Amino acid sequence: MTLKIHQDHSRFKQIVRGKIKANLRKYVQKGEMIGKKGKDAISIPIPFIDIPRFKYGHKEQGGVGQGDGEVGQQLGPGAVEPGEGKQAGQGEGDHALEVDVTLDELAQILGEELQLPNIERRQNERIITQKIRYTGVNTTGPESLRHFKRTFKQALRRQIAAGTYDPARPVIIPTREDRRYRSYKLQDLPETNAVIIYMMDVSGSMGDEQKEIVRIESFWLDTWLRHQYKGLEARYIIHDAVAREVDRDTFFHTRESGGTMISSAYKLCRDIILADYPKSAWNIYPFHFSDGDNWSADDTRQCIDMLRSDVLPNVNQFAYGQVESPYGSGQFIKDLREAVGDTPNVALSEIADKDAIYASIKDFLGKGR
Amino acid sequence: MPKSLTPRLAALRDEIHGYAKEFGLDFFDTRFEMVSYDEMNMVAAYGGFPTRYPHWRWGMEYEQLAKGYEYGLSKIYELVINNDPCYAYLMESNPEVDQKLVMAHVYGHCDFFKNNFSFRHTNRRMIDEMANHATRVRRWVDKIGVEKVEDFIDRTLSLENLIDQHAPHIRRNPDPKKAEDELKANERVEGFKVGREYMRGYINPSEFLDSQRKKVEDEKQRAKQFPERPQRDVLLFLLEEAPLEPWEADILAILRDEAHYFAPQGQTKIMNEGWASYWHSTIMTRRALKDDEIIDYADHHSGTMGTRPGAINPYKLGIELWRDIEERWNKGRFGKEWDECDDLRARRSWDKKLGAGREKIFEVRKHYNDITFIDTFLTPEFAMEQKLFVYGFNDKRNSWEILDREFKKVKNKLLQGLTNFGQPIIEVVDGNFENRSELLLAHRHDGQDLKGDYARETLRNLQSLWRRPVNILTRYDNKGAMLRFDGQTHSERKVEL
Repeated sequence: MTLKIHQDHSRFKQIVRGKIKANLRKYVQKGEMIGKKGKDAISIPIPFIDIPRFKYGHKEQGGVGQGDGEVGQQLGPGAVEPGEGKQAGQGEGDHALEVDVTLDELAQILGEELQLPNIERRQNERIITQKIRYTGVNTTGPESLRHFKRTFKQALRRQIAAGTYDPARPVIIPTREDRRYRSYKLQDLPETNAVIIYMMDVSGSMGDEQKEIVRIESFWLDTWLRHQYKGLEARYIIHDAVAREVDRDTFFHTRESGGTMISSAYKLCRDIILADYPKSAWNIYPFHFSDGDNWSADDTRQCIDMLRSDVLPNVNQFAYGQVESPYGSGQFIKDLREAVGDTPNVALSEIADKDAIYASIKDFLGKGR
Repeated sequence: MPKSLTPRLAALRDEIHGYAKEFGLDFFDTRFEMVSYDEMNMVAAYGGFPTRYPHWRWGMEYEQLAKGYEYGLSKIYELVINNDPCYAYLMESNPEVDQKLVMAHVYGHCDFFKNNFSFRHTNRRMIDEMANHATRVRRWVDKIGVEKVEDFIDRTLSLENLIDQHAPHIRRNPDPKKAEDELKANERVEGFKVGREYMRGYINPSEFLDSQRKKVEDEKQRAKQFPERPQRDVLLFLLEEAPLEPWEADILAILRDEAHYFAPQGQTKIMNEGWASYWHSTIMTRRALKDDEIIDYADHHSGTMGTRPGAINPYKLGIELWRDIEERWNKGRFGKEWDECDDLRARRSWDKKLGAGREKIFEVRKHYNDITFIDTFLTPEFAMEQKLFVYGFNDKRNSWEILDREFKKVKNKLLQGLTNFGQPIIEVVDGNFENRSELLLAHRHDGQDLKGDYARETLRNLQSLWRRPVNILTRYDNKGAMLRFDGQTHSERKVEL
């Protein structure tokens, strides 16, 4: 059944998406959602378009409340509505209500907003773990798996049938034939493992703002991939002229200086893949962020060779995001585009500023790989 | 689509209807319809009506309601339209006891709509009117294009609160023709007719003639001004004076009409919800409840009455005030003798057995609105009992906190929040400002500043209707300020008050 209001509703959604796409982008910008990641629950406001009016600032206004409490006592968080005073007659809340959503729901919303395709898993059937499941009962088995209750019942049944059961003195003695044992089956469980390998250029030209962009973007990539894969691992590599693996915190907060040799990162990435993540068992997603100012054409050539021979054949998708820095945007993305741009599992994106994150997420995740 | 009641529910309705009549409620014919939850959300998003003109904001409301419902945060119990006949909606999935509660509640609202003076001038065929509005807007959409029309509605909504909520009751502008005649007649000040010439100095002393002349001068001066007096109904002023296309004028008129229709509901929220709650409570507990329904009823009733520290629940405040009034008039706790009694013990056991409570509340529901209701009947005892307080924002601690529990401050704050719906009062002062056909508005400052960014955006929308530069005179930090938007840029300058 369609309701009349669905027209207005879809129009509203179109506005939120098309005209501004504002809400999502605005939150991405402020990075609000990362801070609250704590318990897996995040509150995102439902999109709301606030038409400007002549009105009072809410904070100045204050109001009358009801309840216990001493003068000077704080009202709990959320006690006062974030929205401004209610509108005449239109009683039903003129305010944005905040709804707690889980990361999973957030990913769904992201997927819906960006119209992201679900990822086609690469090695679904091949990745298998075996799991023991106790599914039945048998007359033979090891004593350690004896099913006490069933054994007892069996013995009781036999004794009653044989007429040896005395309710006044209810002693049950199981014989060898009464014994019952749990039996198990080995079950094949397909398991999908995925790993994200984040690489970031931390050379002198990558400033705080660039890192902020990477941080926000990786949050969304993380959220989406976690939604798609149950067991998601993440590895972090930073590099300037040399690369090293670090933990998450270091990844986002290190500032090195000096030159940029991207090949160092790719080499480390390749080594990590070869050592820990066999292609047959893992879905692999390397993401590399840099300002694109590589040291030399020679090094770039090395990178491309390495991608072609060792990285691309092993991964689901290789993604490179070039963040524009105060010193401009480098050559690297162009080189990549020329060399491997046509390869289906390569995603390239240029991120000019925070506003471009939105489009860039789509570049990275829009392929459904 | 909406269905009529099942036989079982129809029987319940007849039962509740009987109780409502028995208690003396007086309402229009009331029609109940059954809707599913998403239909309920739709109708609620439309402000209670089955059809509205096409606009995204209904979609926005709908999204909020639908999500609220899906996440289990909120649920609309009752929806009723001020119309003759009254229409009310019942949600299909509600249990029977809820339906009874809602019916009783609805009869309370209908009685209020019919009898309270604030609603006397509302259109009682608003369902039809809203449908007509929808058709008119749709027709313009077909002709002009959806983008243009919607854009115009958006801009007008920005000004929607600039109406005169008392307009339906008063003729502000005197009949222009009559005023003109009067003016002409008074143009030459000759004083009273004098029969004997020597009496002239006594009958028309020169001071008197001077004052009469001044009066005429003032009138003339005023006639040159435009509008003659500051005008609260900014939408009306725009409608009459702004250079609007016919389609724009038509849509503006529609929006103004609808805003005026909804205004009384905003003016009587506390009374109206309180009244309906008083009656659902009375009807349910005295008559309609079955033993096995008590727990569910109590649960839902208390859910509706729940309070939280940072807001007034109109249902709760309303029902308690109605009950307080009833008790006071039952026990004779009013008048000189009561007011002058300082003996706390005597006051506590005061009971003159007047039994006039019921009669009193029926009278009050006729002649008051929220402001006069609170102003007249909120007592210090009541405020204390209900634990009312004033809260405000503490910048240093960056949090909301309880500021005061003193009765006067609580009452003032409450009234302030109700005056003009807690919105700033803004008037058109001059439609030919600086003799350049600019528009000048004035904000009647009452101690609270306007939200600056909102004010500027609103000016921008206003300018797009007026087409010439627009100005608003207000105050920031106790200094006069003139905000201006000339179509290109915003500016602000200081003004001596």
